[in-house]
Amino acid sequence: MPEATIDRTPLLRVRDLKVSFATRQGVLRAVDGLSFDVGQKEIVGIVGESGSGKSVAIYSMLGLVREKNATITGSVLFEDREILGLSDKELQPIRGGSIGMIFQDPMTALTPVYTVGWQLVEQIRQHLHLTKAAARSRAIELLGQVGIPDPKSRVDRFPHEFSGGMRQRVVIAMALSCNPRLLIADEPTTALDVTTQAQILDLMVTLQDTYDSSIVIITHDMGVIAEMANRVVVMYAGRPVEIAPELELVRHPRHPYTWGLLDAVPRLNVAHERLRTIRGNAVSPLNLPPGCAFAPRCDYVMQKCAERPPLRGENDHVDACWLSDAQKVTIRRTPEHST
Amino acid sequence: MFYFIVRRFASAILVLFAISVTVFLIFFATPGVDPAARIAGRSASPQILAQVAKEFGLNRPLPIRYLLMMEHLFIKQDLTSYVNIGDRVVPQITQAAPVTLSLVIGAAVIWLIVGVLGGVVAAANQGKFIDPFIMFIGIAAVSVPAYWLGEVMNLLTQSKFHTSIFSWVPPPGYVSFTTSPSQWFLHLLFPWLTLAALYAGIYARVLRAELVNALNEDYIRTARAKGLSERRILFRHALRCSLISIVSLFGLDFGALIGGAALLTEVVFGLPGVGLLTYTSLQNLDLPVIMGCVMYGAFFVVLANAVVDVLYAYLDPRVRLA
Repeated sequence: MPEATIDRTPLLRVRDLKVSFATRQGVLRAVDGLSFDVGQKEIVGIVGESGSGKSVAIYSMLGLVREKNATITGSVLFEDREILGLSDKELQPIRGGSIGMIFQDPMTALTPVYTVGWQLVEQIRQHLHLTKAAARSRAIELLGQVGIPDPKSRVDRFPHEFSGGMRQRVVIAMALSCNPRLLIADEPTTALDVTTQAQILDLMVTLQDTYDSSIVIITHDMGVIAEMANRVVVMYAGRPVEIAPELELVRHPRHPYTWGLLDAVPRLNVAHERLRTIRGNAVSPLNLPPGCAFAPRCDYVMQKCAERPPLRGENDHVDACWLSDAQKVTIRRTPEHST
Repeated sequence: MFYFIVRRFASAILVLFAISVTVFLIFFATPGVDPAARIAGRSASPQILAQVAKEFGLNRPLPIRYLLMMEHLFIKQDLTSYVNIGDRVVPQITQAAPVTLSLVIGAAVIWLIVGVLGGVVAAANQGKFIDPFIMFIGIAAVSVPAYWLGEVMNLLTQSKFHTSIFSWVPPPGYVSFTTSPSQWFLHLLFPWLTLAALYAGIYARVLRAELVNALNEDYIRTARAKGLSERRILFRHALRCSLISIVSLFGLDFGALIGGAALLTEVVFGLPGVGLLTYTSLQNLDLPVIMGCVMYGAFFVVLANAVVDVLYAYLDPRVRLA
């Protein structure tokens, strides 16, 4: 979708979201101050490596973090209404109604003992006041829209009779069934093979256009980001390190962690190149450094990095790094980092 | 589904046939054992031994003997005990069966209701006081032997408080449903409670564990993300999937109990059921009765398992393909 048509009145406004778990080893900070906006009809990608708190962050917004030892603070405004801390009952119309969710593993996301039609109808009738017959024809229509062949007979089949890709289509149909304003997708293609991945992403973009919804997509795959996102939030150790429009981020990344992520994407036009990786492992969320969480792995670490860098920048491109703007540009332009 | 049912019952019949052959071989073809002497009981006269040999065709080939035996058992139903001379085996069993059926079915209703209720309430209140409380009662019920619990019940209802609060409890024994439904109920009430206690404890604990597992499944997160109520998530999604293991457990327990495993309860409460019949015939080494009881028990175990498998396939669509 062209950037210009995106309405920037935020549909979802996340401010200083923090999720921590009290464990025997200490306080585990899974999400540590996440802020971002999602505009109307915008696709926001949240990218980061495993354990960076992406999934926990979005689950916490909808009250899907059920662990008793979890503490969730901050603010999540959806359509100007605070939804953080609402009770299950208050969240019911939002979950599945105005916010649909797609999950990582389609193999286990559906209840095994009911037909896919039953499960679709269950959700449709929970939110829209339709008769059984009307809900069923809506379910068949949805299955057709997500590209399931012969939806009239497949509607009465059980989840185990579908392949992984087809199940993910069913989950997408479910997420879209009540015309949600926002679709949250948690690594929707991770469990699928590559050709199916592309189809599912295409499908999501097409349907997003049809249904006029916004999407938050979580991934660790820069390829998915490039394919879909209008704007990208790069997360490291539960904190956002860089937020920028997708093209801007790919062309002028400013944070050393983003450089590392982009350099780790294989390029087709360069022959026999050893793929660059980020040295070291992700920090443990049990003892985050007081300063920049990426400092222990960063090639450009300075004394100042012992202090936590704020998100700063101009317009809609912000990053959390103590390097000066001039330094960021020069380092990125040196041959080692040219792309 | 229909095809599945037909196939399942066909295989049940095959299993029954195999059991009858096995049981027959154990009794009549065990090397070094004279079946005539076994059937005739201790210190039988030569005339009786000869009579037994003739009746069961002991000098004829093994397959003929098997057919003769089955004829006595199922077609003529004239298999006779030589220990208690003249007692027909089949009528004894058909008399004892309703007692055991009444006992076990009634107890099953109680333990299913109490067990499922206990498991659901405990799982829905994880971490609160009521959860470990129910689980403790469960383990206590599992740990108390039926004969002890039964005797305590008898002590309370028949002796200690028989003249006060439990004056409405009839003396131990059995009254058939057709004679007097109310007396049938009163006679069986405490046996039911005794037998149900153990199983209710087991079922509550198993169901709680299953539910806790199910509630951590991905599909529960999906159900919650669909905006369903917590009640609906618990009953329609988590419980529905957890019931599958409860049903298979029930099939095994129910079949075994009908087949005579309710012996202890029957003895304590003086109920002339199949367990009691098997027990006395074993004490007397009354071979024809033992054989009849074993066949009867096998029949109900196999039947209960077939019914459970069909139920299982109804509950879990993944099974129907297998």
